[in-house]
Amino acid sequence: MIAYIVRAILIGVPMLFGATGEIITEKSGHLNLGIPGIMYVGAISGVTGSFLYENACGNDIANMNPFLSVCIPLVCCILGSMLMGLIYSFFTVTLRANQNVTGLAITTFGIGLGNFFGASLIKLVDSDMPSVALTKTSRFFCTKLPFADDLGWFGELFLSFDFLTYTAIIIAIIASIVLTKTRVGLNLRAVGESPATADAAGINVTKYKYVATCIGSAIAGLGGIQYVMAYANGSWSNDAFGDRGWMAIALVIFALWKPYMAIIGAFVFGALFNANTYAVGLGVETQELFKMLPYVVTIIVLVFTSMRKKREHQPPAHLGLPYFREER
Amino acid sequence: MTKQAAIELQNITKTFGKVVANKDVSLTAYRGEILSILGENGSGKTTLMNMISGIYFPDEGQIFVDGKEAVIASPKDAFSYKIGMIHQHFKLVDVFTAAENIVLGIDDGKYNLKKSTEKIREICDKFGFELDPEKKIYTMSVSEKQTVEIVKVLYRGADILVLDEPTAVLTPQEIQKLFDVLRRMREAGKAIIIITHKLNEVMALSDRVAVLRKGEYIGSVNTAETSEQELTEMMVGKKISLNIERTEPKDPVDRLMVKGLECTDRTGIKLLSNVSFTLRGGEILGVAGIAGSGQRELLESIAGLQKVSSGEITYINPKTGKTENLRDKTPRQIRDLGVRLSFVPEDRLGMGLVANMDITDNMMLRSYRKGKSFFLERKAPKTLAEKIVEDLEVVTPSVSTPVRQLSGGNIQKVLVGREIAASPKVLMVAYPVRGLDINSSYTIYNLLNEQKAKGVAIIFVGEDLDVLTELCDRIMVIGSGKITGIVDGRTATKEELGILMTKTMDESEGSGNE
Amino acid sequence: MSDIKKTKHSHEPLLHLVKRDDMKWWQAWLIRVAAIVVALLLVGVISMLLTKENFFTIYQTMFKGTFGNLGSGSTVMLWKFLQKTAILLGLSLAVTPAFKMKFWNCGAEGQALMGGLASMICMIELGDKLPYPVLILVIVITSILAGAVWGVIPAVFKAQYNTNETLFTLMMNYVATQIIKYYLYIEGGGSNKINPVAYGNLPTLGDNKYALNVIIVLVLTILLYIYMNYSKHGYEISVVGESQNTARYIGINVKKVVIRTMLVSGALCGIVGMLLVSGTNHSIDPNTVGGQGFTAIMVSWLGQFNPFIMIIMSALIIFLNLGSAKVADTCGLNSSFADITVGIVILFVVGCEFFIRYKVKFRHSKKEVKA
Repeated sequence: MIAYIVRAILIGVPMLFGATGEIITEKSGHLNLGIPGIMYVGAISGVTGSFLYENACGNDIANMNPFLSVCIPLVCCILGSMLMGLIYSFFTVTLRANQNVTGLAITTFGIGLGNFFGASLIKLVDSDMPSVALTKTSRFFCTKLPFADDLGWFGELFLSFDFLTYTAIIIAIIASIVLTKTRVGLNLRAVGESPATADAAGINVTKYKYVATCIGSAIAGLGGIQYVMAYANGSWSNDAFGDRGWMAIALVIFALWKPYMAIIGAFVFGALFNANTYAVGLGVETQELFKMLPYVVTIIVLVFTSMRKKREHQPPAHLGLPYFREER
Repeated sequence: MTKQAAIELQNITKTFGKVVANKDVSLTAYRGEILSILGENGSGKTTLMNMISGIYFPDEGQIFVDGKEAVIASPKDAFSYKIGMIHQHFKLVDVFTAAENIVLGIDDGKYNLKKSTEKIREICDKFGFELDPEKKIYTMSVSEKQTVEIVKVLYRGADILVLDEPTAVLTPQEIQKLFDVLRRMREAGKAIIIITHKLNEVMALSDRVAVLRKGEYIGSVNTAETSEQELTEMMVGKKISLNIERTEPKDPVDRLMVKGLECTDRTGIKLLSNVSFTLRGGEILGVAGIAGSGQRELLESIAGLQKVSSGEITYINPKTGKTENLRDKTPRQIRDLGVRLSFVPEDRLGMGLVANMDITDNMMLRSYRKGKSFFLERKAPKTLAEKIVEDLEVVTPSVSTPVRQLSGGNIQKVLVGREIAASPKVLMVAYPVRGLDINSSYTIYNLLNEQKAKGVAIIFVGEDLDVLTELCDRIMVIGSGKITGIVDGRTATKEELGILMTKTMDESEGSGNE
Repeated sequence: MSDIKKTKHSHEPLLHLVKRDDMKWWQAWLIRVAAIVVALLLVGVISMLLTKENFFTIYQTMFKGTFGNLGSGSTVMLWKFLQKTAILLGLSLAVTPAFKMKFWNCGAEGQALMGGLASMICMIELGDKLPYPVLILVIVITSILAGAVWGVIPAVFKAQYNTNETLFTLMMNYVATQIIKYYLYIEGGGSNKINPVAYGNLPTLGDNKYALNVIIVLVLTILLYIYMNYSKHGYEISVVGESQNTARYIGINVKKVVIRTMLVSGALCGIVGMLLVSGTNHSIDPNTVGGQGFTAIMVSWLGQFNPFIMIIMSALIIFLNLGSAKVADTCGLNSSFADITVGIVILFVVGCEFFIRYKVKFRHSKKEVKA
């Protein structure tokens, strides 16, 4: 049971990163369908960084500085995904291009980039397996908290995770606080709800949209690297990340645009995601039906929120629409 | 006493595409003074003020604040010059509380909503506003929202205050309160600019009046030295007695009966209550009232676009005398009943026409369903489009030009032309001359009169009382969703209508005062 | 006001945007074509940098990868290209009526899969029980129905509760994928795949297995063009898409149009699914549609809802796909290179819309005003 919960949390974390990032972006009025691609880019940037560092250290763990081996992938990941966010914002904010089409193009582009560089790295290592193994870096990422192994189920459930898992939760909580309790959050929400109002109030709408999208993308990108380093124990193989990016977008709705709700949502999704493996006595075919659960649940949540029409639970009013000040 | 210029505009020009909104406007507002900007709808008042508040940037010309040239490229720049604007269309975030809206965009050290709320309460006490800072905007009434807007500007300590038609949605008591506040601020040495087209308010409140006409600055006069007569002349150009032709209705017969009509919005507020009247063929029934008093809901209820909670809408067929119930029918069902009802809505491009379609395709909106064929028939609509373009002198490159590229007057001609082409028995028009030049307006009046002569029953919702009293046979006044009186258009005076327009508001204000 | 000191202004926004709507259609297309050309040049340059080949060799390789060696009279590659273009075009056509109505049907993938699944089930279950013409008829009908049902579910909720259709249709894709996987386990047993079924295959024209698919899609293109531009349905779709208020005003039942249009959209996807399963692969797997549902959205957008321009756009995308894959293959790059090039081209075309809709004005500094 505890193993099941631990697994659920691990599966949920990349989605939590993605969802938190997407919530921040959506709060600025931008439905970024490029998130799946951005998470790929985040992952591959981090993988490339760590790959280069491992090689520079002669592939010997003894030569590797723990701090650098964590920081290099992280910085690469953040830069890579931010760059993608920047491209998305340039198109949708400055050029006012259609958000859905731009987002899908970014996803195509991003997954392409991820797999392209992934395959290039795989070719470089020349192994039998179609994957890149960065187990050494992964070990640094997965350092457990002290006492994790000494405190039984408590340790396993609360202390045994990699630091990015805790980071995900902390980021989601901080995002919640920033959004509801600070001036920046107030301004950001105003931009997404009614950019004309925000503009009239002297808020730099363009800046907020850019910054929110880029920070959102960076956070989402962290989900990619967490998946590789913690969930997959440092092994990258093409397309392994799958549709988690889309799940992250679904999670945003499930969480009703509230990052703290996304924490719970992510773990529920994680649990649903591997419910099949723990539902005993099921045939393989029924397991496949079980894997439908997260999607079906998302659809149900989607329908219910749209039926209830409570104002606080609706998407930002200006989501998906471009803003042009001189529109008459 | 020397007057100190607070803000000075020099040779401001602003164009939107081919439309010149402001042309070479120069004017000055002084401290300790209330300046009215007077002009008809579409004379460029709001555009001009939007350039002061940083919403638009002028194409040409300069702005000086306290004698120094100011570059107001964004609302933020405007704030830094202590310019505050209260827009006609509220710029508020619906899901935020009043306090959140008020502090939005202000950077005054640590973010502390509690402290801000206290400060808001202080301001409210000081000026006598009634406002709950923790109330969400979407639960507020129109006048509450306006209060938030005003407090917002006061909270920022603005020195130069611009108000765009602030009284349109207020009750007389609230108007008085607002005027008191404005006067107090004048005493404090602030410059106040108020955009309006209501002459009585100009006379009552302002020290000086600047008049705009068709985007151009006509001149300024001191209120004490002028008269409503003179201002009207400045506003409309040469003195115009409208001289709209008005014939006697020919043997009017009842055409449409509305009885006890009620409808409510989502939150349960009554938009129309107990509306009853009879519309006769061959007459123009004017509807007067302060904007947003239920005019739109009334017309949309009859057209089958608004859900009605109770009451009756009955159509009497002029040929057979048979009656048809129109309540709870969709526009299509109404048409299928053989009721020829035409409707020129207020929102021309958003409702009456499709902006991106050409004139021909817009003609088809009413007629495309004709015939059993699966396919569209474009020949007749094209002929109709060409006929309307020719008859009504619509200025357009061709009938295949998207209507959004036409000017306001031409758009309206296309819309009215189409609605009349359906040879209606009942014709409803909402603000048909809003934003139109004098010539186009007369074209519309003549069209309506032609229809009247043909025996069509016409409902004319208007805002200009002069037009209503010269055009309509009867005038129905609506206030807060209630009919406050139906008067004879030939004998009614503007004063009489004005009193009726505010009648129920007084009562509801009396009962609503906590 | 001669006493007012006039100071020279220091900063003025240098650029400023003006909306334009007076652009001629040919000017707009000129800009789009220019954007595509620039993007293709960029793709070439990137390929050059990655492969160190010269520019012309790269495009030569791309052409070879797409069309094969036409000089030698072999048309195998050409037909493959046409087949792929036809499938992408078919999906693009399918999402177009929905888009025109501003309904973001991101579920073409799932709808096509369900159509394909219906074909597959018919082929397996009824294959040896029904005479061939009847079987084909049943396949056509069930595929269309399956696609339409999958498309109409989100539409019903959109019409009734205004449920966000982008995400709903997106989720429906994954539900469909899982159903396919489930079916593969049941039918395929342990092997988890279905061997090509001999029954219920669409007829072939001569011995060309792709020609019929291409012809069917071409016919659909023409039909959709007529439907969108000359039918009352198409007209209603435009009105609803432009302004729901206007639609209500003239008495169009918006809910009905939304549901009807998604039935059409889903049905078209169903047909594409059938072409893939019964017409081409004679089998099914979760990757049968291969993510083309998303590409189709972009093609439809790039084609500005015009089916004939969509022919060119889908051909362009497939050319990039096959061509880049060939370049990647010959130069030792990874086949995902194709996704990158397609992404670049789409971003360029999407971005160029800006220059069609807005004018950038440079402000010339004013001279000092004399007091």
